[in-house]
Amino acid sequence: MNQLYTWGGILVIVLASVVGDILLARAMKQVGDVHALWRRAGLWSVVGKVLSKPNFFLGVMAMAVAFFSLLFSLSWGDVSLVAPAAASLTFIGNAFAAKVFLHEKVDRRRWIAAVLVAAGVALLAG
Amino acid sequence: MTFRKYLVLAGVTVFAAAGDSMLSHGMKQAGNISLHNLASVIVALTNPWVAAGIVLLLAFFASYMNALSWADLTYVLPATSLGYVLLALAARFVLHENVSPLRWLGIALISGGVGFVAGGPALTSQHHAEETEQVVATAAASGAER
Repeated sequence: MNQLYTWGGILVIVLASVVGDILLARAMKQVGDVHALWRRAGLWSVVGKVLSKPNFFLGVMAMAVAFFSLLFSLSWGDVSLVAPAAASLTFIGNAFAAKVFLHEKVDRRRWIAAVLVAAGVALLAG
Repeated sequence: MTFRKYLVLAGVTVFAAAGDSMLSHGMKQAGNISLHNLASVIVALTNPWVAAGIVLLLAFFASYMNALSWADLTYVLPATSLGYVLLALAARFVLHENVSPLRWLGIALISGGVGFVAGGPALTSQHHAEETEQVVATAAASGAER
């Protein structure tokens, strides 16, 4: 039963993280390079522009869901399983989602990077 | 890629690694939290390690948003996964914990993955409706640097 809770928790963390990452990345792409904007118009217009994007708030909400699922899962399951399993699966999920929803060119180089990092993260927990 | 951008990526990496480890250290001290006892969540938040971890994760979030404004998600995520390597190296050389051969292999895989993604372009998507010219200029400039 505890194991079911743990893997259910991991699934919720991964889904919420991927949704959050995609929404936040989309919001920041709508804002544009903050260094250029900061230099041109100052810090407050950067903050204002970020806060004017609905995707930002939706992304933050998804991240909050991921964060609290992590807190709960850490108390049910072993940290050496939950943290790396969630992180590892999030890398793979994000590569798929970034290609589909953000139209990033996830070429062979980026797939290899995502798989290597996901495998590495999983091994570090072993 | 300018020095400033590498600094932002380094910030994402270090703040995430430090924040996560403080948070998990604090949660071990705070003990179990449950859906049936929401007060236990509040108690966990008052643990100094948990609180410090949350502050660092806020710093991570600011640098992460900064990086996502000029780079792809599939570039930022692998590039900043070096934080896991940092944690393992800290465990070995600061805390003098034993790092098994499997963990060294994990470190090698992550470093290899970072090398793969770092060799490519940082930005391939074009969502900048208002600032397209600027993005093209930035991309051209970073291409020239390389």
